[in-house]
Amino acid sequence: MATQSSANSQNKKKNNKGKVKWSNLYTFSCFRPPPRLAEVGQPGFIRVVFCNDPGKHRTKPYKYCSNDVTTTKYNVITFLPKSLFEQFRRVANLYFLLVAVLSVTSLAPFSPLSLIAPLVFVVGISMLKEGVEDWHRFIQDLEVNSRKVKVHIGDGKFVDRPWKVLRVGDVVKVNKNDYFPCDLLLLSSSYEDGVCYVETMNLDGETNLKIKRCLECTLRFDEDIKFSKLKAVVKCEDPNSSLYTFVGNLEFGDEDELNSSYSLFPLSNSQFLLRDSKLRNTDYVYGVVVFTGRDTKVVRNSMKSPSKRSRIERKMDYVIYVLFFMLLLISLIASVGSVQYTDQEQTVEQWWYLQLMYDTDASFDPRKPFVSGFLQFLRALILYGYLIPISLYVSIEVVKFLQAMLINNDQQLFDEMSGKSVEARTSNLNEELGQVEMILTDKTGTLTCNQMEFRKCSIEGISYGGDVNEIVRAASQRMNIDIESYRFNLDGDESVSTPRDSVEMVEISSDQINESKNSILDGEHDVKNLGATGIKGFNFRDKRLMNKMWVHGSNVWDMMMFFRVMALCHTGIPVENEEQSGSHKLKYEAESPEEVTFLIAAQEFGFQFCRRTQSSMFVKEIDPSASEVEREYKLLNLLEFSSSRKRMSVIIRDEFGQIFLFCKGADNIIFDRLGDGGRTYQHATTLHLANYAEDGLRTMVFAYKKIKDSEYEEWSSSFSKAKAIIGPEREELLENVSENIEKDLVLLGAVAVDDKLQDGVTECIDKLAQAGLRIWLLTGDKKETAVNIGFACSLLRHDMHMFHLSLSRDVESKNQLKAMKDDILNQIKASYQVTTNENTKEDPFALVVDGKALEIALTNDIKDDFLQLAVNCASVICCRVSPKQKALITRLVKKYTGKMTLAIGDGANDVGMIQEADIGIGISGMEGMQAVMASDFSMPQFRFLERLLIVHGHWCYKRISKMILYFVYKNIVFGLTLFYYELYSRFSGDVLYDGWYMVMFNLFLTSLPVISLGVLEQDVSSDICLQFPALYQQGQKGIFFSWKQIIGWMGNGILTSLVISILNVYILSPSAFRKGGQVVDIAHLGVTTYTTIVWTVNCQIVLIITHFTWIQHIFIWGSIFSWYIFLLFYGALPYSKREYKLLVEAVGPAPMYWIVVLLVVVISLLPYFIYMVIQRSFYPMDDLVIQEMKHGRKVVVDDEMWLREKKSSRKATHIGVSARVDAKILYLKDQLHKKRMFIIKSTTNSPIRRSITINTLENRD
Amino acid sequence: MDHKNAKKPSYSRFSQQELPAWKPILTPGWVIASFITIGALFVPIGLLAWSASDNVVEISDRYDEACVPDDFNSNAESFIQNPDTKKTCIRNLKVPKKLVAPIFVYYQLENFYQNHRRFVKSKSDKQLRNPEDENDLHSCYPEANTADNKPIVPCGLIAWSLFNDTYKLSTRGKQITIDKKGIAWKSDTKAKFGSNVYPKNFQKEGLIGGAALDESIPLSEQEDLMVWMRTAALPKFRKLYGRIETDIEAHDTIKVEIENNYNTYKFGGRKKLVLSTTTWIGGKNDFVGVAYVSVGGICLFLAINFILLYVFRPRRLGDPSYLSWNRHPIN
Repeated sequence: MATQSSANSQNKKKNNKGKVKWSNLYTFSCFRPPPRLAEVGQPGFIRVVFCNDPGKHRTKPYKYCSNDVTTTKYNVITFLPKSLFEQFRRVANLYFLLVAVLSVTSLAPFSPLSLIAPLVFVVGISMLKEGVEDWHRFIQDLEVNSRKVKVHIGDGKFVDRPWKVLRVGDVVKVNKNDYFPCDLLLLSSSYEDGVCYVETMNLDGETNLKIKRCLECTLRFDEDIKFSKLKAVVKCEDPNSSLYTFVGNLEFGDEDELNSSYSLFPLSNSQFLLRDSKLRNTDYVYGVVVFTGRDTKVVRNSMKSPSKRSRIERKMDYVIYVLFFMLLLISLIASVGSVQYTDQEQTVEQWWYLQLMYDTDASFDPRKPFVSGFLQFLRALILYGYLIPISLYVSIEVVKFLQAMLINNDQQLFDEMSGKSVEARTSNLNEELGQVEMILTDKTGTLTCNQMEFRKCSIEGISYGGDVNEIVRAASQRMNIDIESYRFNLDGDESVSTPRDSVEMVEISSDQINESKNSILDGEHDVKNLGATGIKGFNFRDKRLMNKMWVHGSNVWDMMMFFRVMALCHTGIPVENEEQSGSHKLKYEAESPEEVTFLIAAQEFGFQFCRRTQSSMFVKEIDPSASEVEREYKLLNLLEFSSSRKRMSVIIRDEFGQIFLFCKGADNIIFDRLGDGGRTYQHATTLHLANYAEDGLRTMVFAYKKIKDSEYEEWSSSFSKAKAIIGPEREELLENVSENIEKDLVLLGAVAVDDKLQDGVTECIDKLAQAGLRIWLLTGDKKETAVNIGFACSLLRHDMHMFHLSLSRDVESKNQLKAMKDDILNQIKASYQVTTNENTKEDPFALVVDGKALEIALTNDIKDDFLQLAVNCASVICCRVSPKQKALITRLVKKYTGKMTLAIGDGANDVGMIQEADIGIGISGMEGMQAVMASDFSMPQFRFLERLLIVHGHWCYKRISKMILYFVYKNIVFGLTLFYYELYSRFSGDVLYDGWYMVMFNLFLTSLPVISLGVLEQDVSSDICLQFPALYQQGQKGIFFSWKQIIGWMGNGILTSLVISILNVYILSPSAFRKGGQVVDIAHLGVTTYTTIVWTVNCQIVLIITHFTWIQHIFIWGSIFSWYIFLLFYGALPYSKREYKLLVEAVGPAPMYWIVVLLVVVISLLPYFIYMVIQRSFYPMDDLVIQEMKHGRKVVVDDEMWLREKKSSRKATHIGVSARVDAKILYLKDQLHKKRMFIIKSTTNSPIRRSITINTLENRD
Repeated sequence: MDHKNAKKPSYSRFSQQELPAWKPILTPGWVIASFITIGALFVPIGLLAWSASDNVVEISDRYDEACVPDDFNSNAESFIQNPDTKKTCIRNLKVPKKLVAPIFVYYQLENFYQNHRRFVKSKSDKQLRNPEDENDLHSCYPEANTADNKPIVPCGLIAWSLFNDTYKLSTRGKQITIDKKGIAWKSDTKAKFGSNVYPKNFQKEGLIGGAALDESIPLSEQEDLMVWMRTAALPKFRKLYGRIETDIEAHDTIKVEIENNYNTYKFGGRKKLVLSTTTWIGGKNDFVGVAYVSVGGICLFLAINFILLYVFRPRRLGDPSYLSWNRHPIN
């Protein structure tokens, strides 16, 4: 059935690409380094796979793990113990547990519920969170594990089976665009010669397709039915994590022959299909399962997801330790004091009214001083537990949840295109967003949209499709004023003798004017938009080339040759355009995305490549007469692209029998091979290439050559000879032979493709750089691509010192670790010298590291040198990095610099890095969900990073910092008043407050204001955050949660508690406190002290908050009000013991109560208020000054000061668009200055000038 | 497009964090205004409180030492514990200023820890309120029941150690009546001490702590007990003994006849008799007034300083030269 349907679908296709035998087209493909066969069978290489015989793998020793992959941390049984264990690994939780246990005993000064409930809440919430996260992972695993794949069940029958039941030795059939379920050995494909295309985006982020090729011997197993006969044994390496190697051999038995002889074939990486990579451009492949489940290379590459805690929380742990120490200290004082007073025979005697000798309760037993001391100690631990606020943990959880909700609901973080929004997947790390210093970013899918676009071309030395370089445009825009004044100064003389550059500048400004006019007048704007979106991969507009206009040009021949190169020099194949089957436009598939864009562009220009057969290519061409003809080109040879050759050529014979060689390749390579007659356009093209490259466009140069028949015959025979040779020297020979024909070329021009950046990436990077963030690019892509993107998003500039770290060829070939290390170390040292050299220290530096070099540079002994250099560079680009290396770099950077790192990526290859970084962000784009699943935040587009960090991060950081500090303060104030009272009661451990007051304090009376602080506080509004990136640096420096701040707030708390306790005690005793002559008892003193605390801590938060919405007002004043309400109701309850009718009868009517409260509150707040005033008057922080600048203005005005400060608030940076514009302006100014000098010199001396001046003078007269 | 935007966060001022907000800035004006406000508010309050306190006349007399006969001086305890010694003691108090009724009579104890946890807890609120709960004794040990296991009402250490010195006042030979009614909180008489709860087995055997109670009077009328049982917060405390409803002229001498029963000698406590009038702030309390005036004064002083500062060295609001990048220019 399956065969039939696939056969049908093949028949349907006009271009039956399944029939194209690729090996005939490719000349270079069959040689790979011979696998290291000798190792098979040795330790580390002992895996045996009985192909097509999974039954043998049911028992030891061939029983390997199943293909069931789990990423969950817990299962149903282990969840409770394991997550509980996790929870109680936190010291604070352990302490709370201890207290909760003790609270059940008689020692407790207040009700057990008030201690147990919050603990259950905190632990419960955290466990629930863990559980939900794990559940998501489970669901995802389930989804992956139950994906279906066709498995051979014998007799040539294939059935759908879920992934998880796959067993080593199974033969599976994978269809187009499906993921491989496990690591497979390729047996055959829908192509006759057994190649298939694989996309490894998820593994290494590379977008170009990779070719895999099966062994010749398994080639004939290309139909379901044939697999009943397959018998083979694979012996190969044991599971490991290296993605790019595979060593093994295949014992293949041919049963057709009588003596079933076994022959041995070496296997290499090119027969090996990795799990999580995708089958592309190939209808189906057959493969045998080699590694399953956790043995697969991709799973081996993944790491356990670590649980992350924010730095503030980790620092808070230390604060907790300090408080804990304080707690132990005062508990010790209390217990020792208590023992001191109960221990002495004398005291017992003296305090007759306590009757300590009779019926003693254990905590006051003079006969067992140590026991009672210990019990007192425990009691004190519970009582002063207010110093270590469990409610802090509860509040932080609540606040962070709400913060995350606000982030999720921010409309400005919503992407209209994808309908997705930024999502905080864990709320643990909100405040970390405000402290990030390093961003490690992936390229493909993160910065770029994984979409190539044809942007510009230069034909015959004329550049087409040319928008002016945006940098130049921005620079000139800002310089326009200068230009005007410049013109003015020169009194129009400028037009007389204009040097080239100023012409350019005038052109630019007029060009802009024209453009703006056009967009208004004839709606070219729309056309432009259409061009950008109408045809995928083609973002080009130039009237001179479009709509066949080029035929009117002067040199049509070269123009046509240019388009022919574009349409013929490639490995692509046309496929039917499914979306617009009515139109005549075709879609293409090719090995690299650039080729596709070339083909699309060629089609747009009127050279539609429409068919490929084994030996011919068909192109519908436009004649110079503007009529369309279909021409056939015989494909004679195809000289393949390789990274060492950096070029690709085809040799074709056209309908007139002429032989041409079409060549495309890197500029320097082609220029070297130009003939003397072919250099006509070289100068102009070079200029254009430089411009294109600065824009971050990927360039390629086209050239051609006409070959005489005789010459070709000669060459062809030598080429065939070389091809026939089998052996290691073949490669070299082929290259040499190709070299012979690829010379004396004629240059046609260049094309530039754009690896399209996502929306707003440039601006975002610019802003982030200004905010003081460093951005490193880690990509699996090749160096050229990475550098291009570096330019495109302004991470690189042309005037930068660029250090390229890579292994030199000879060192690499020797493959000796020592030599490689020395090589790299020398390079690092040399570069480092430059960065520290006095003369060049201020210059911008960039570091570009190759994957191999990186591997060496990250070894233990030289990694410090490497990082030292890297940190000195404005931008760092690492290319060809494996997922594991990404994670490793992240870890090392984090450790070495100690700075907050953020990793952002979109594919499975970024998972390691995302997990390793302090904050991991996953792009919820089109690719798989792995990155998002592993991330802490997910966002649809890179550009949202700006707002997420600079606005939300900044806010959250400040909010959490302020909130924790305030919390510490408030609990110190409250907890210590309990302790001071102890001093008055001979350390007996009596509590000044009613048990309910204690419960109420953190639960109702002070909780909501602090939550509103944590959720709603804004020092400045979001637009100002964005305008003053310097504000972000407050978070990076960590000035709001520094030890200075912490100690300060603790001090303030201690001071306030002293003021409150001493004043209350001193004023309220011993004389009567109201007119009726009554004196205070414990209840009165307690209620008054407590009232002052409620007022003080709530007024203190008023001093902290700078942003009062109605919510804050309600919470703060409501909290104070609710205290009285509580007192009223509690006092009305008949069973409220000594608090009965306290407010209405005793304290309420007493003026003394009110004036004490007023006095104490004012005195307690006065020190902080004075501190605030002094700080603001003499040492105001940036946010305060900016608040003042904004103060009283309804809208942010663009007055000069505001603009100037906005500008200087940026961090000096070498990366980002603005930095480039600045550099350009400097350059232009310099040029202008030079010209001016030149003009002045020349004009003052010229007779014309003199006459003009005289004339004007005369006219004026 | 529509279903894509279905997930778009809906707009509300709260969710977009755009709620209208009051963003106060501590401008010099605010600073000076707040200091002046505090000053202007506190100084008058302080003066009022001060004068109120000044109007209070308070006479206090420490009698614990003086009321021990000379021959017991070295061993005051044996004097107080001996039931046969004569405990009566006469003290004469000079009246410096006219005492205007109501005059409150207090006893003041020092170094007596009514706030000790063992002491504070040693009572039964239920038992005091309701005769049926007379066996609610668990918190009262060791003064919970008698040797033959009968419940003591009121039980516990507090009641047991009830203060039992008595005072008789006279001036110019005329007895001054001390009204002992109405000295307890209303809530105590109404709700906490039951009108049908009578003392039982109280101070009947073993160690006698303090005063005995009349078993025919319900607890709700035993105001001495109520006052005593309102445990004091600090080791030095006064408790109301009674009220005098007649004025006492200045320069009179009050003769006090003290029955010195209560044993403070054992723990080195002091006993004082205090006569005091009250005003709206209660008894003598100079500190409140002083504190108010001084805080007000400090604030006014600060206000003046800041005014001077802003006059002579004004900092322009939002002066950009204070911004970090202008202070430490970035290279």
